[in-house]
Amino acid sequence: MAADNTIKLHYDVPNDDFTRAGEASSDLKGKLKQMGISPDAIRKVSIALYEGEINMVIHANGGYIDAEISENGLKLVLCDTGPGINDIVQATQAGFSTALEQTRMLGFGAGMGLPNMLQNTDDMIIDSIVGVGTTITMFIKM
Amino acid sequence: MTIKELINANIFNTLKEGSDLNREISGLFNCDLLSIAMSKAPTDCAWVTVMGNINTLAVATLADVSCVILAEGVFFDDAATIRLDATDITVFTTEMPVFEASLKVYEMINA
Ligand SMILES: Nc1ncnc2c1ncn2[C@@H]1O[C@H](COP(=O)(O)OP(=O)(O)OP(=O)(O)O)[C@@H](O)[C@H]1O
Ligand SMILES: [Mg+2]
Repeated sequence: MAADNTIKLHYDVPNDDFTRAGEASSDLKGKLKQMGISPDAIRKVSIALYEGEINMVIHANGGYIDAEISENGLKLVLCDTGPGINDIVQATQAGFSTALEQTRMLGFGAGMGLPNMLQNTDDMIIDSIVGVGTTITMFIKM
Repeated sequence: MTIKELINANIFNTLKEGSDLNREISGLFNCDLLSIAMSKAPTDCAWVTVMGNINTLAVATLADVSCVILAEGVFFDDAATIRLDATDITVFTTEMPVFEASLKVYEMINA
């Protein structure tokens, strides 16, 4: 498709700011709704992006999200400079969580975020280097 | 059952009215863990929970639930109360336990 049909969006995810967590997902959800994307696809995007966004807040120190909407679907790149993930296979297992007590008190820590992201995307790549950061690239057909 | 019917039944306190009071409540969902609610709460359900923080509102909106019912006398913290104004969702509060509140709504839906 022609490059000029691609819509690009950029979101900054603030460090440790729960009051703003979910903003990127909510904004993108609204835009997809306006574009007439199917409720099924919107639900997948909402789940995958919210989980990724909140992980950047609670496990890393914020970062940014780049979204690219094209004819085929949506590409999301979530980039943070947090502590990185030591064992990616373990991190993606349902129930695994290193969430601290104070974040568990807020309802996080089921260890279902990464599994939800995997389940609701058509493609997902986790790039992580301990001490450097994590970049997660997701693709959802629309 | 619609949101309006649940408001008028007066079994819960209405903390905030969403814009679409004719919206159907098509089922119930119970879980306080946000990433489970995010992926499992059915669209248009009533989500009964004791988690009263801003993340509850974010998940409720993203998961497209019909309304949130805060059980066990739980109230929203300050950040959530501020966000409530900008959130387009109906929120009820009640002293009832989660199961009892859910059962009440379930019985009304299936009456
Ligand atoms: N961006 C990230 N940076 C560093 N570590 C991460 C990041 N995302 C996830 N992790 C690690 O992977 C683990 C599993 O993540 P996942 O989202 O599945 O569960 P959780 O966030 O702990 O709990 P839940 O998402 O259910 O609230 C986390 O506990 C954390 O150790
Ligand atoms: Mg998570």
